[in-house]
Amino acid sequence: MKRLKAALLMLALVAPPAVAQEVPPDTLVKNVTLEVVDLIAKDKEIKAGSRAKLVAVIEAKVLPHFNFTAMTALAMGQNWTKASAEQRKELTEEFRTLLVRTYASALAAYSEQKFDFRPLRAKATDTDVTVNVRVLQPGAQPVTLDYSMEKTANGWKVYDVMVGGVSLVANYRTEFANTVRASGIDGLVKDLRAKNKSLEKK
Amino acid sequence: MRTALLCLLLVSGCATVEGERDPRDPWEGFNRGVYRFNETFDEYLAQPVARAYVAVLHQEIRIRVSNFFSNIQDLLIGANNFLQGKFEDGVNDWARFAFNSTIGLFGIHDVASDFPGLEKHNEDFGQTLGRWGAGPGPYLILPFLGSSTVRDATGTAVDWAVQPVGEVRPIALRNTLYGLYFVDTRAQLLDASRILEEAALDKYVFQRDAYLQRRRSLIYDGRPPREKIE
Repeated sequence: MKRLKAALLMLALVAPPAVAQEVPPDTLVKNVTLEVVDLIAKDKEIKAGSRAKLVAVIEAKVLPHFNFTAMTALAMGQNWTKASAEQRKELTEEFRTLLVRTYASALAAYSEQKFDFRPLRAKATDTDVTVNVRVLQPGAQPVTLDYSMEKTANGWKVYDVMVGGVSLVANYRTEFANTVRASGIDGLVKDLRAKNKSLEKK
Repeated sequence: MRTALLCLLLVSGCATVEGERDPRDPWEGFNRGVYRFNETFDEYLAQPVARAYVAVLHQEIRIRVSNFFSNIQDLLIGANNFLQGKFEDGVNDWARFAFNSTIGLFGIHDVASDFPGLEKHNEDFGQTLGRWGAGPGPYLILPFLGSSTVRDATGTAVDWAVQPVGEVRPIALRNTLYGLYFVDTRAQLLDASRILEEAALDKYVFQRDAYLQRRRSLIYDGRPPREKIE
């Protein structure tokens, strides 16, 4: 009996409490999308076209669920291994800023459409899943949004988004590789920084 | 005019490209030439006209126009689904055409989409060729129409040859419909092209890669075999 109690105690200690309240990936995508779309609909500043406010909302609500280091590493491919720790940090930072801006533009353009959240086709034990969402538009085929997500110690994190079958991460690969070939990793950091600066002015 | 255009294409075609060639895009020099031509055409004519169209016409009316052309396309989409052996989808597309052309008043109301299961598809002859096993071939930028490949340009030519608007007479009405179709298409892409502008470091490369990825996804109806990115 004592042994059993000890075993139970051990189990309680080992099993992290987070498991019990962990949000499944498809529910997470649905909740975050609906919350953000709702915030945008209610916010007067965003409605009036404030890009800064929209970016702030995305940073607060959406960013925590993305793994930008993984995204940057995937977009860099082979070149990631050649980058120093400092370069990796800078690349991730600049790429993150660019993706957030792009995401903000896309949201501003499509937030009034209806969303169709598809049931998750994955086993409970899977640690790498794709969550499918469709944006319904009148008179056209729905646009598919596929979130590639990985299970981590801090919950499910997105490491790629496919828009209409186009993977964002894969799409930056050639661009990144071309720039690194022409002007090195520092050249790529410089280009990304310049790009973000030019978008800030708009 | 035609001679001038040809000269422009030939001259810019000679421009060389630095660095390694992308195996999917062996004609990059030529393509970049056509691309520059298209960008100029878009900046000074197509985009301003599309913006004016959006500004002047109410969204409700623009949706009717889009629906009208979308309905005609359902005929071709259905035919392509039959050619790909997807009979259920083909029947679905032609049922859409039947409903929308009648109850939907010549297609201006997309009533079919309200029926469960009568969803809009995306097919064309380029995708059919892909289904039949044809690879994309070299990437190709077409004047005015933009991104394509040798396979998809062949498909576009076939789709264009059989589409019914070409039969419309008088010629003036046919040309008006063509013009309206072009403006409507460009107007629908205004948001997407702005996002592309913001997202890309090198717009030519970004657009090319997105196009090739998108076509691959479409050929497999949104479920392409997963390519492992490592």
